[in-house]
Amino acid sequence: MKSKTYIPYLFIAPAVILFSIFMLYPIISSLILSFQTGQGANLTFVGLDNYKRLLSDEIFHTALKNTFILLIIQVPIMVLLALVLASLLNSALLRMKGFFRVTFFLPAVTSLVAYSIIFSIMLMNDGVVNQLLTSLGFKAIPWLNDPFWAKASLIIAMTWRWVGYNMVIYLAGLQNIPEELYEAASMDGASRVRQFFAITIPQLKPVILFTVVLSTIGTLQLFDEPFVLTKGGPSDATLTIGMYLYQTGFRFFDFGYASTIAYVIVVLIAIMTFIQFKITGDQE
Amino acid sequence: MRQSKIGKKIGLYSVLALGALVSLFPFYWAAIGATNESGKMFSKPPVLTPGEKLAENVQNLNASIDIGKVMFNSLFIAIVYTVLSLLICSMAAYAFAKFRFKGRNIIFGIFLLSMMVPYHATIIPLFKMMAGFGWLNTYQAVILPNLAYPFAIFLMRQNMLAFPTSLIEAARIDGSGEWKIFFKIVLPSMKPALAATAIFLFLYQWNSFLWPLIALSSNDMYTFPVALSSLFGLSRIDYGQVMAGVTIATIPIIIFFLALQRQFISGMLGSAVK
Repeated sequence: MKSKTYIPYLFIAPAVILFSIFMLYPIISSLILSFQTGQGANLTFVGLDNYKRLLSDEIFHTALKNTFILLIIQVPIMVLLALVLASLLNSALLRMKGFFRVTFFLPAVTSLVAYSIIFSIMLMNDGVVNQLLTSLGFKAIPWLNDPFWAKASLIIAMTWRWVGYNMVIYLAGLQNIPEELYEAASMDGASRVRQFFAITIPQLKPVILFTVVLSTIGTLQLFDEPFVLTKGGPSDATLTIGMYLYQTGFRFFDFGYASTIAYVIVVLIAIMTFIQFKITGDQE
Repeated sequence: MRQSKIGKKIGLYSVLALGALVSLFPFYWAAIGATNESGKMFSKPPVLTPGEKLAENVQNLNASIDIGKVMFNSLFIAIVYTVLSLLICSMAAYAFAKFRFKGRNIIFGIFLLSMMVPYHATIIPLFKMMAGFGWLNTYQAVILPNLAYPFAIFLMRQNMLAFPTSLIEAARIDGSGEWKIFFKIVLPSMKPALAATAIFLFLYQWNSFLWPLIALSSNDMYTFPVALSSLFGLSRIDYGQVMAGVTIATIPIIIFFLALQRQFISGMLGSAVK
């Protein structure tokens, strides 16, 4: 049956052709563009000038800093919360597991723009969240008008959207942990909390790594939420690298410089993924 | 030291109930907002029950963004994209899973590697390309770029690896053509994987924002995320209208999700989890 060696090529042809035109070519072209400057079609090679410009670009530094602050705070909070929820949902005492699983997963189904709009309206100065806070005797919080709280708003919104998604992944991972481990720990008198840190987290390490890598890649590209929820403000407090790329490319039409920013994201993702595998991958 | 079992149960349920409330409240709030006057969302105390302004809000929304057209754009783009992408990716996945050919590992490797490259690194050349073709503000500008979606190829390939090669060989001996084997024997047995991948692709396209925002420039071509964000970007925002739009854009997906939970979850998690 070896006569028709061209058959598999027919099967992959559409994918390979489309991929080459709309993915491979843009990736390479973008790299070339990152060494060019000019408006629209008049581009000239400038070597590393764009990359040098990044080094002294204050707005870029702000965007970089914001992105990393969001990353370093949001991802651990979300992972821990998802782990706790997954453990609770895995409890033998619980009925209605299906209901809770679906309810917690529901936010992950909504479009990023839709939920960002809802959160933006809920978090306005006289919005429902502040009304709840003041009625409980707390002070109203300037969620969207203060640099610190604007970041907090983004973190809260992103955590709301993604906790359930990660929780479902961990739930599946929990099924593979042998029950005997917990039984032995209980016999030794280890508390639930102790078991969580001594058994659950180490056993789930590969799964946690997988979700952390996914979340890191997602956060480094963050665009929809800050664009809609905080509009990058106040005074660039929530401007992300993804947003700065969009502004540079499609508000100022500086394609060369925007491509440079894009490649910074590429490099950052590569480095971060590498580090995360290095930190956690030793035992595997 | 030991808490009673009942005490534990109460604690467990209260924490989870609080979580469920936090999860669901924004949806409820959006739906309530859609039925009330704009200002009601900020009145003291906040109105937490449905009002009677739904029709009015929807009418106003329809005057700002043609809801029918936006719904059509979103559905048309997402459905055409899903069908084409599913076909193209399954075909490639089948070749990667069930054939040995020169360059197979290299080509598959390039597909996998490209998953690490953020979409941002392609949008500027894509924009220039679409402008060159005269395709800006067209459906194909949104549909074409991600038809060959590496992750979908990967997903389908993983599922096809398990398909018995002996069945394919038996069909060949019976004289079935290669296309017939693929469409009549292999694909029909891949329904769960196809459903999960289809949901993944559909949601990806339905929720996609950055590229449509760049590629589409007129109201009559907008998809829901772009239309909603344009509405929300106006200097005077009618919140009742916006919430009506958010609700209309969200409800179909939620119904779809509740009806097909299992396929949805395995699709969204990339079948990493069964």
